[in-house]
Amino acid sequence: MNQIKLSQYETTRYSRIYSLGAARGDLVVTNDDIAGPIDSSDEWIRQRTGIITRRRAGKNQSLMDMSVAAAKEAIAGAGIQPSEIGAVIFSTISHPFQTPSAATLLADLVGANPAPAFDISAACAGYCYGIAQADALVRSGVAKYVLVVGAEKLSDFLDPTDRSISFLLADGAGAAIVGPSDEPGISPTVWGSDGSHWESVSMTHSLLEFRDGESPWPTIKQDGQTVFRWAVWEMAKVAQQALDVAGVKAEDLTALVTHQANIRIIDEMVKQLKLPEHVAVARDIVNTGNTSAASVPLAMHQLLADGTVKSGGLALQIGFGAGLAFAAQVVVLP
Amino acid sequence: MALSQNEVLVGLAEIVNEETGIDVESVQMGKSFTNDLDIDSISMMTIVVNAEEKFGVKIPDEEVKNLLTVGDAVNFITSAQG
Repeated sequence: MNQIKLSQYETTRYSRIYSLGAARGDLVVTNDDIAGPIDSSDEWIRQRTGIITRRRAGKNQSLMDMSVAAAKEAIAGAGIQPSEIGAVIFSTISHPFQTPSAATLLADLVGANPAPAFDISAACAGYCYGIAQADALVRSGVAKYVLVVGAEKLSDFLDPTDRSISFLLADGAGAAIVGPSDEPGISPTVWGSDGSHWESVSMTHSLLEFRDGESPWPTIKQDGQTVFRWAVWEMAKVAQQALDVAGVKAEDLTALVTHQANIRIIDEMVKQLKLPEHVAVARDIVNTGNTSAASVPLAMHQLLADGTVKSGGLALQIGFGAGLAFAAQVVVLP
Repeated sequence: MALSQNEVLVGLAEIVNEETGIDVESVQMGKSFTNDLDIDSISMMTIVVNAEEKFGVKIPDEEVKNLLTVGDAVNFITSAQG
């Protein structure tokens, strides 16, 4: 009998993030612009969230427009051809079609057709989930380069009168190219979920209730206190675990890039992690708002773009949100 | 050993002071966290978590909503010490 030797992927040892891309909503929306329907004020919103302005998409600016812009910047920054992309991972909760995915359209629009392309739904943890998957695909030899995009147009899914979360939400897209590396560039990911808090950040209604005329258009809501407690104290533990498995200490970091949920979550986490002052802390939320899956790459892109941090340093990135879902890893800044 | 009501009040006042800067003397049993002390929901949660750590008790999220006054919190912590 013939012995047939099956071919398997040849693995590669390390991966890294080559480049980032960013696109924000065209509109700069102030607190005064949105305070009326929630009977609030600029001062109240600033004090509770740190947000001064948030970026929202213009009327004719789609989720895909922002995603293409971010992806093209990342591809150009990586110095690769779009045809070399071996997989496209698109994290979003605001793609307005159940099917097909946003990823296949994006792949086509950026010249990566026929790369395998798929969406993931992990909300504010989605980009870090995507980086974990891209790292695994690259090191296992399944793909040489992976395009990871976190993008949201949350303004399509918010109720302007909702006082729990609407005033935080914003629109944008962040992208990264992950590829092979001679040196370690992405640590093991500490990730997971807690579905026992499935309703802590969720939609007000299902699409079926809306279809049957039993509810208004479903929008995003949250139980702020529960989420705050989890986001700070539980996520500080996850952040510390990510440092531990990466084999680095807080003082070795160049930057901390958390999901940009609320400045007070960020500040409290800094306190819990006892971060030394030399570690740059991303506070992109102040002028961008909370863009869910896009917030980590947008915030890291901002730190690099304004010269706060340089390529080559170590950054702890952590995403957390609806699910509840979370993911954290230490990466070498591209 | 379980702390007395007054000892819990003193400890809680220290936590409130650290989070908000409010004088410890102002943190009295009859004071409402929101109306009198002007403590918002996020600061309240920070106080709750710090109180859990300091007094070794569990204060579930659903219980936090019932802690309207300093006295509510002190009484809950005192009895939760068991």
